[in-house]
Amino acid sequence: MSDLQTPASSPTAGAATSDAPSTATAASNASSAQAAGGRTFLPRNTLLRHLLVLVLCAVGAVVLLETTDLGFNAQVGYVAFYAIAAGGLTVLTGLNGQISLGHGALMAVGAYTTALLLDAEEPLPLVVVFLAAVALTSLVGAIVGVAAARLHGPYLAGATLALAVGLPGLALYYRSFLGGEQGLTVSSPDRPEWFTDVIRSLSGGSPSGVKWIAYISVACLLITYFLLANLMRSRVGRTWRAVRDQEVAAELAGIDLGRWRVLAFVVSAAAAGLAGAVLALVVRLTAPTGFTIVLSLSLLTAIVIGGLGSLLGALIGAALLVFLPRVLRDAGESLDMDAAQAAEISYVVYGVILVLVMLFAPAGLVGSIRLAWMKQRARRAAGGTTR
Amino acid sequence: MREFINLTLGGVITGAVYAAFALALVLIWRSTRIVNFAQGAMGALTTFIALSLIESGQSYWVGLVVALLAGLVLGAVIERLVIRPVEGGPELNAVIVTLGLFIAIQALISVLFGVNQRAFVAPFSTIGFTVGDSNLALSPNTLFTLGAVLLVMAGLVALFRFTRVGLAMRASAFGQEVARLLGVRVGRMLTLGWALAAVVGSLAGMLIAAEVTFVAPTFMDSLIVFGFVAAVLGGLDSPIGAVVGGLLLGLALSYVRGYFSDTLTGMAALVILVVVLLVRPGGLFSTTQTRRA
Amino acid sequence: MAETGAHGSTAAGAAGVGLSKGDTGRGAATGSSVIAGGGTATADAVLSVEGLSAAYGPVKALDGVTLRAEQGRITAVLGANGAGKTTLLRTISGLVRPTAGRVVLDGEDVTRAPVEAMVTKGMAHVPEGRGVIAELTVDENLRVGSLFRGKVAQDEFDRVYDLFPRIAERRGQTAHTLSGGERQMLVIGRALLARPRLLLLDEPSLGLAPRIVAQIFALLRKLVDSEGLSVLLVEQNARSALSVADTGVVLNLGRVVVTDDAARLAGDEDLRHAYLGF
Repeated sequence: MSDLQTPASSPTAGAATSDAPSTATAASNASSAQAAGGRTFLPRNTLLRHLLVLVLCAVGAVVLLETTDLGFNAQVGYVAFYAIAAGGLTVLTGLNGQISLGHGALMAVGAYTTALLLDAEEPLPLVVVFLAAVALTSLVGAIVGVAAARLHGPYLAGATLALAVGLPGLALYYRSFLGGEQGLTVSSPDRPEWFTDVIRSLSGGSPSGVKWIAYISVACLLITYFLLANLMRSRVGRTWRAVRDQEVAAELAGIDLGRWRVLAFVVSAAAAGLAGAVLALVVRLTAPTGFTIVLSLSLLTAIVIGGLGSLLGALIGAALLVFLPRVLRDAGESLDMDAAQAAEISYVVYGVILVLVMLFAPAGLVGSIRLAWMKQRARRAAGGTTR
Repeated sequence: MREFINLTLGGVITGAVYAAFALALVLIWRSTRIVNFAQGAMGALTTFIALSLIESGQSYWVGLVVALLAGLVLGAVIERLVIRPVEGGPELNAVIVTLGLFIAIQALISVLFGVNQRAFVAPFSTIGFTVGDSNLALSPNTLFTLGAVLLVMAGLVALFRFTRVGLAMRASAFGQEVARLLGVRVGRMLTLGWALAAVVGSLAGMLIAAEVTFVAPTFMDSLIVFGFVAAVLGGLDSPIGAVVGGLLLGLALSYVRGYFSDTLTGMAALVILVVVLLVRPGGLFSTTQTRRA
Repeated sequence: MAETGAHGSTAAGAAGVGLSKGDTGRGAATGSSVIAGGGTATADAVLSVEGLSAAYGPVKALDGVTLRAEQGRITAVLGANGAGKTTLLRTISGLVRPTAGRVVLDGEDVTRAPVEAMVTKGMAHVPEGRGVIAELTVDENLRVGSLFRGKVAQDEFDRVYDLFPRIAERRGQTAHTLSGGERQMLVIGRALLARPRLLLLDEPSLGLAPRIVAQIFALLRKLVDSEGLSVLLVEQNARSALSVADTGVVLNLGRVVVTDDAARLAGDEDLRHAYLGF
């Protein structure tokens, strides 16, 4: 959402135009580097612009959900929770330069919280449940973040990997409370009357439980991305970039690096918690097998494919996580594989994509396109001045 | 008391395997400043190759040799093809590449060999020796495990201390540019380092498979974490530190397993790792605090 | 090792640098012919650099540098910080790829030769900051220097230790325990074990006490005069360097300003003030 080209005036504008990117985080450099002269049909004010985009996306989402069948509606729910988590992760990794392989585990915190709260005799309102999931996950994220703030690169990757492998063990240890291997089934929240009325009057379609959950998912996604987009464009986002790229300078400028890193982790964890809550609703089951290291690596794949630090990239990556496996599974089954084996093909592809993107296009999909565009513009500008 | 002894014995044995695995990580870290997160998946792949040979009627030993050779080739090929381009680059890129390999190789195992658990028969009896009327957690097979790890470590020490190739590898690891100026073919040494590390990782896979008796494509997932924790305990740079770190971690997790629960070993490893990284980022044996984790 | 044999025979006397006393075989053949080359002003160029340019991204570090290092002489490359001295040596030995120009070593174009191959062709490069491998022992550091030659007799090591008794005492210690002067001795000794005809030395005086600098330069002079070694010396400490060198080359902003006899350069007051800072 923040990826629409705009005449933003950030202090680092233009920085990325000088040289081809070699680092994985180049894409997020680029996002701040759209120097003057971009498209101008959107409002100049960041908040207004993001609000406009939010409304457009909301309208688009309603049209999408009402013109497609329930099967697709369900898929949209999956895209939404992957995208929410990936959005949080891309802020952490792309803007602040910290990698996390523990976001699968953080999603588990949000999902288990949601499952437990919805299971109560008199369940709290859904909004409260979601906020509780976000709050608890943020707290865990703050604890992880305090440790993570002092680590970098491979050390941070290893520590968060340990989190991803270790945390699901708690669900097994507190078997009676958290359901052990079987996990917890999630009760579907009742859909309100007004929703039924609105959908009826809108398209005459059936306002089923699946559709209700799809709408909740998309709403969560849009709200999250709206908040993240504003955050990335704010002073906070600029400080994160400074902490990532100019560690020493930032410290000399009086920025408390540790505190900003922890903040990034908390924001990122909050998104992961919300993603977990949405996952609980969409999947209707929270079990340790749903939050393996593979989930964390899938999120990493999503943000790397899209380009680190880009919300649009995270959304595209999340969509690939949902739709690519279906295509590949069909291909695998046509090659006489059993379903479980065929499902694994997509992970082979993710891994290969991760490697190839790092080797050939570290800026990712969105980042590479944007960089190519900027280079061309720079060339045109240079040509103009010499002539 | 008997339980304590058995937990200690069990801890030493699993610790030895952690140590071997940590050693493989250290070998690569020293020379390329990369933590190979794909190490576990690579070891799992070579173990599955060996397992399918053994299931087709070959002896365990044929399987073992093939696993080690497959590791050698896999390590060398991976270094040449995908690691070389990111060596010396931004550390995040290298981390992501090894994670990509991790996920791809692990899924490849499922595609090639199926997702189900398969029995892995140990080369020696896994029935513990008896002393008096009590059964020890020490069997002919665990003795083999210990012996194999010790042999590999002795071999590596000999290689690094007493051979010209070993000296060239150490020179390449510690002073890449100087080594090149002195005519050492650093590129080859790095490839060799990855290949050797992959052999050690493959051995760890074969040994742990015999200990756990059932293997699934993900059976090395916890080992990559435990191996990493062990390596960090030892300082990530020191082979001896990795061995000591592996044994300490093996003991600690064995007691957690015995006195609390098997399900908490992962959390215990996480806690140990975080405490070490925050309190002594250079490892338990570091004299200086200069290294930043 | 085949390459070692070939090297030994083509290296003519220079190979024996500091080690030829009583060296049987290869060394004996070298002993006398070395001195013929040494000292004479009409010597051939061991190294000739022609129009060499190099850049770090958009920043040009070398801009068409042309110079010669002559057989049996010390050629000093002088200039202020950032003049391109270190880049010059790094480009000659292949650590930096030139954007233009040629590097010719003994008539062979080595511009595109891999870094690892330079030492087998008779060129040893001692990088700035001494280049000891701190994690290895003194003895291991020396052995790394001779690895490419295959098996090397123990007396060659002994002769380096004879040359530098101070590092001999510390041969079993890890190199990070050495002082700056000892490190410089170690890396020069290590370079000699490669039996080079041409030695590239980058700022050997950096951070050393004047007394130690004098010792090292005196030793260098001795090796050049008695063994026919050729040296391309990069120095910011122009006064010391000119006192030991035969020829001086002054670099400024990546370009050669002047090339002249060392004594004449030392006497040119304007030049000294403008570029050499003394």
